[in-house]
Amino acid sequence: MASTTRSGLLGEPIAWAKRNLFNTPANSVFSLAALWLLWKTIPPLVSWALIKATWTGDPAACRAAGGACWAFVTEKYRLILFGIYPFEEQWRPLLAVLLFIAMMLVTANPRFWKRWLSWMWLGGLAVVGVLMWGGVLGLAQVPNERWGGLPLTLILSTAGIVLSFPLAVLLALGRRSKLPAVRAGCVAYIELWRGVPLVSVLFMASIMFPLFLPEGFTIDKLLRAQLGIILFTSAYIAETIRGGLQAIPRGQYEAADALGLSYWRKMRLVILPQALRLVIPPLVGQFITTFKDTSLVIIIGLYDLLSSTKVALSDPQWRSFYAEGYIVAALIYFVFTFFMSRYSQYLERRLNTGVRRG
Amino acid sequence: MDAPASLPPSAAPPRHRWWNDEHFRGILYQVLLLAGVTGLGWFLVSNTLANLGARHIATGFGFLDREAAFGISEHVIDYTPTDSYFRALLVGLLNTVQVSLIGIVLATLLGVVIGIARLSSNWLVARLATVYVEALRNVPLLLQLFLWYALITEGLPRAREALNLFDAVFLSNRGLRIPALVWDGRAIAVVAAAVVGVIGSWMLARWSRRRMERTGHYFPVLRGSLGLIFGLPLLVFLVGGASLDFDVPHLAGFNFAGGSNLTPELAALLIGLTVYTAAFIAEIVRGGILAVSWGQSEAAMALGLSRMQVLRLVVLPQSLRVIIPPLTSQYLNLTKNSTLAVAIGYPDLVSVANTAINQTGQAVEGVSIIMGVYLAIGLALSLLMNWYNKRIALRGGGR
Repeated sequence: MASTTRSGLLGEPIAWAKRNLFNTPANSVFSLAALWLLWKTIPPLVSWALIKATWTGDPAACRAAGGACWAFVTEKYRLILFGIYPFEEQWRPLLAVLLFIAMMLVTANPRFWKRWLSWMWLGGLAVVGVLMWGGVLGLAQVPNERWGGLPLTLILSTAGIVLSFPLAVLLALGRRSKLPAVRAGCVAYIELWRGVPLVSVLFMASIMFPLFLPEGFTIDKLLRAQLGIILFTSAYIAETIRGGLQAIPRGQYEAADALGLSYWRKMRLVILPQALRLVIPPLVGQFITTFKDTSLVIIIGLYDLLSSTKVALSDPQWRSFYAEGYIVAALIYFVFTFFMSRYSQYLERRLNTGVRRG
Repeated sequence: MDAPASLPPSAAPPRHRWWNDEHFRGILYQVLLLAGVTGLGWFLVSNTLANLGARHIATGFGFLDREAAFGISEHVIDYTPTDSYFRALLVGLLNTVQVSLIGIVLATLLGVVIGIARLSSNWLVARLATVYVEALRNVPLLLQLFLWYALITEGLPRAREALNLFDAVFLSNRGLRIPALVWDGRAIAVVAAAVVGVIGSWMLARWSRRRMERTGHYFPVLRGSLGLIFGLPLLVFLVGGASLDFDVPHLAGFNFAGGSNLTPELAALLIGLTVYTAAFIAEIVRGGILAVSWGQSEAAMALGLSRMQVLRLVVLPQSLRVIIPPLTSQYLNLTKNSTLAVAIGYPDLVSVANTAINQTGQAVEGVSIIMGVYLAIGLALSLLMNWYNKRIALRGGGR
């Protein structure tokens, strides 16, 4: 089909284009349409985002230049990244973010998939908590109403996954239990949370949790949202883990039984170590979802990355540069989620287990 | 079923103690779990009742009959602030259903196109589709909604400088205004003819498939259907005097009057939900098509079918079985994601319920209504899709 005419310098690209873009009449039409679309969008976009853009200065300079106003970001990046955390203390959330990234990089290496990894995350979360809260080690105390930006997004999503994990394992095991009451309870729990939108869970956390507690007890808004996210996420992770449990061949269960292991030792020593390895790629996927979903906490008034971007945009001077603000926030989210999804695809190929659910 | 997990065999038979008995332990665990759940439930309920009592809030759904006393900007059915909370919630529910249904249809169309484009032999088209999928699904939906909403309300011109098409369609930061059909006898007749056309073409498709299975003759269904769906209304339109009355929007003060309006809130929500969900649907469609073995396509091409025919007659029917279950959960996700409406001010169920909660303090009831409705929607949609899934599985014959 491909007629390779090698003539001169352009021969190679032209042959390639013939093969890949203009091999059939229909494809030629599609290619021309796509090229037209690119021609119409890319040059104006480049001109807006780079050529006519303003990198520093005030809104007036931006309006004069007519392009993208990245000056908004240079002016407000501390607010976008760290919210209203006290300005001179912002090295603390920065350190927390770096710690999170370091822990993610360590976790990404299959060589470190050992039991101590979960302790590292729990310890890491504790260190992050100390860094953010302060009040000890000579750090000034910062109430959590002032936490915000990227660290809050990372805390909510990471703690949401790490702390819901033990609960999720129990739920997944319970759903496969032989005991009818245990199974029914776990099914009800899982299906209830999976059936309702996260927004309603956050509403519940923000307005109903205070009613649940005895007179005189209060829990603050951040903790309530975190609890809501944990309850919600645990149902999804439980289903993921169940997929892994189902993928373990019967022989493994039978062999563990034959060794006379009790139920819990069978699970702890034989089944779960294998099942959890299988579900790491979908767990990464779940983490991506949770990471994106934490942006919903804006609805109950917490200042995560998206909310702090919105706060930065509420400055009347810079209001009209919403596109720049949202694009930068989107890029930050994208960097995290894109690499995580690429990583999970790499893992799937490496483990060669795109866990198939029964 | 499973071998009893008892001690390994040894010379002396193991002493069987009643607290080691598997059956007994099973019952004990379940009793403990039930006791724990009941205890927790009692603790929460009694605290809640005490707290509500202290705040003088009556429990129960009696508030639903009271006057809502707040306006709702968009309603499918008639609504005024003097209506009850029940009617307000119903309006919210209908808005949710409306946006979900339209979103599902649009997202499916866009998703299928992009999913197929990702597998295109055309390098450029496949690349563009990949960029679309990666860019859209890796950014939070809420952020995208904010961006769309800002683009519409701040990026588009004001009503006085609206972009206008033939002085009948106006696009401004107040939304999209289009002429509305006036419902007189002629209009109803034309729409009825279109409905008859759709039903007719469905029957035509059934008949032609039967005939093809029986005789092997192919009937050009597409042309016939198009003729029925567009020709029939056109005929009625011409017979009726070739004219229909439209309510054309016109500028009145700072906004438009007349016509029907697609508000910025609904538009942003629809665009956001559609393009976001389409990215996920595209991946599902792509996976489904890849799941059909290449030999099927080769065999079909060897029979002399064109690329489109291979896709339509051989590949898609088989891949549907792989596609439908994950597609169902995407539909459910879209419906659940429509709750983000509350963040951009579209009055969906959650938004209305939230207002009701703020006015009455009936938090428990309000949240239960939201959750109950979503559970019911989820159940209904799952049942529907399961029924459809079973239908296509049967038609494909046994595996």
